[in-house]
Amino acid sequence: MNNRNAMIKVGIADQKMAKAPDKIKTTGLGSCVGLVLYDLNRQVAGLAHIMLPDSSLAKQANLNPYKYADTAIDRLIEKLCSAGAAKYALKAKMAGGAQMFEFASNNDLIRIGSRNVQAVQEKLNEHHIVLKAKDVGGNSGRTIEFDPASGTLKIRTIYQGESII
Amino acid sequence: MWQGVEDIMEPNRLSAFQLDVLREAGNIGAGHATTSMSKLMNNKVDMQVPSVHIMPFDEVLEWIGASDTPVAGIMIRIYGDAPGTVYFILHVEEAESLVKSMTQHSDIQLVHGETNHFAESAIKETGNILTGSYLSALSDFTGLHMQPSVPFLHIDMAGAIVSHALIEVSQVTDHALIIETEISYGGKSHRIHGNFLFLPDPGSFLKLFQSLGIEENE
Repeated sequence: MNNRNAMIKVGIADQKMAKAPDKIKTTGLGSCVGLVLYDLNRQVAGLAHIMLPDSSLAKQANLNPYKYADTAIDRLIEKLCSAGAAKYALKAKMAGGAQMFEFASNNDLIRIGSRNVQAVQEKLNEHHIVLKAKDVGGNSGRTIEFDPASGTLKIRTIYQGESII
Repeated sequence: MWQGVEDIMEPNRLSAFQLDVLREAGNIGAGHATTSMSKLMNNKVDMQVPSVHIMPFDEVLEWIGASDTPVAGIMIRIYGDAPGTVYFILHVEEAESLVKSMTQHSDIQLVHGETNHFAESAIKETGNILTGSYLSALSDFTGLHMQPSVPFLHIDMAGAIVSHALIEVSQVTDHALIIETEISYGGKSHRIHGNFLFLPDPGSFLKLFQSLGIEENE
């Protein structure tokens, strides 16, 4: 078996879970937010790649719940709990929410990054989940990688190097 | 009230004929752009007939390349009768090679925030010419007034730029329209491959086709 240290990849508007010693990552976060919920005792973590703040903005008949902060976080909590995590033990870390283009416009969607961050924070408060660390805003894309064993989130940018939160 | 779902034409429901119309506008646009680009580069430039695709977001990301590949993204907002946004996306190495031939400076590097002004405006101007040519062709076809904004440049991970492009339309659809463009120059020794993401605002697709006299289900 060579899959002892698998890297689970999460696509855009999607979410997945990983148990140690596996790790979980998502690449190319721009104004999207990567939210990790984890239970360090049980070594399990879920990562959601969230595109938009609020599913009530949807003008689509069959919406993808993983795309929106409100619906994505509800689903991720459900998933983690059914995988053995304890809801009271869940902690959160997030990264992303950058503003990619300096574009002067009254269009609210241009500021979508900061609105995503805010929506995630509000939803976490609603569920009483503590946000342990974040790396948000700025104007750089991020690739993030979470280790459920240590609870560390590694963040890579193209021009500003790597950091760990 | 915003329009009901049934009133918004989703790009994944465009017919082959409607795609042909967009492709034809692309052809004519490419023709105009060839002339302007050849003048700008002081060199013969050829543009390959663009192909047009409609694909779901996750495939868009795969199409452009790995989502952490560095790309140069030029964003142009379209104002007027059929508002929307256009993104022209090139791999950084290809953008660099284009700028080097254009400016005759071989030491230029494209790095976000640190790119020299000369290089930055060269790459923006390329996006400008291509987008402007395509828009004016589409505008001629439809009789709709379409005015491009000044170009904005961002150099970063493909995923970060493409997802930014898709967010606006993602509330209405999970599909995007891609116009593939190949530009060759320097006696065909250089060939760069760019992708236009054409993202009309909700309702604009319908306007475009109505003004062509094409109804949705034809």
